[in-house]
Amino acid sequence: MTLETGAFWGLAAVLLASSLAVVLTRNLFHSVLYLAVAIVATGGVFLLLDAAFLFGVQLLLYAGGVVTIVVFAIMLTERLVGEGIGQTSRYLINGAVVSVAVFVGVLLFVGQAPLPAARRPLGADVTRALGELLLTRYVLAFELLAVLLVTALLGALYLARTDE
Amino acid sequence: MTLQAYVILSAAVFAIGLLGVLTRRNAIGILLGIELMLNAVNINFVAFARFNGDPAGMVFALFTIAITVAEVAVGLAIVIVIFRIRRTIDADRLDLLKG
Repeated sequence: MTLETGAFWGLAAVLLASSLAVVLTRNLFHSVLYLAVAIVATGGVFLLLDAAFLFGVQLLLYAGGVVTIVVFAIMLTERLVGEGIGQTSRYLINGAVVSVAVFVGVLLFVGQAPLPAARRPLGADVTRALGELLLTRYVLAFELLAVLLVTALLGALYLARTDE
Repeated sequence: MTLQAYVILSAAVFAIGLLGVLTRRNAIGILLGIELMLNAVNINFVAFARFNGDPAGMVFALFTIAITVAEVAVGLAIVIVIFRIRRTIDADRLDLLKG
């Protein structure tokens, strides 16, 4: 068993367990903390796939940004009621049937699809290649993304403002 | 590890996220399920990029991550507004648009 295989199974176990915990814990706050674990494990999978820059982005934006925003939202809503908001799940069995069906459907498709068996060479510096692609072939999408982010953040601020 | 292993891992995470979206009653819980599903998509993007030797897929993963952040910000702002108006974020009771 090589190092990569071991790391993959370890990360996969952590990722799946924490994802299930996100979906099934009753305490919403714990859900968010498990989501942070799942996000870091996903970053680890990116590292296994030689995408070190994406690992950094994942930590900064997801684990640093998204989790913080969600925690703040939970604390704000709890402050507004003055009591903890628990959460329950409904139709757990129906939901499990649907998601297992989706999973099996994807598995059947993956079993038939002709996937590349081995890794093709990616070039020495992936981060450099990413930067060059972002500022040449995908520069329009990149700039639009910046506009989208500003608009979304302004919109979020506008929506969540207090009426004064 | 083969590409199949990564794709299957991603499909499993996607299915778990879908379970969350379908079964959670709390609007924030539903958003967390969507996060998991988008994460699964990113694993696929990066895995296919790596195995095809083309970093373009990683660029797409970057875009997805940034769009997710925007989505979460707007989604949570909406949740907070709904909470102010209705005093609940239970998705079953948010039926103002029901005909």
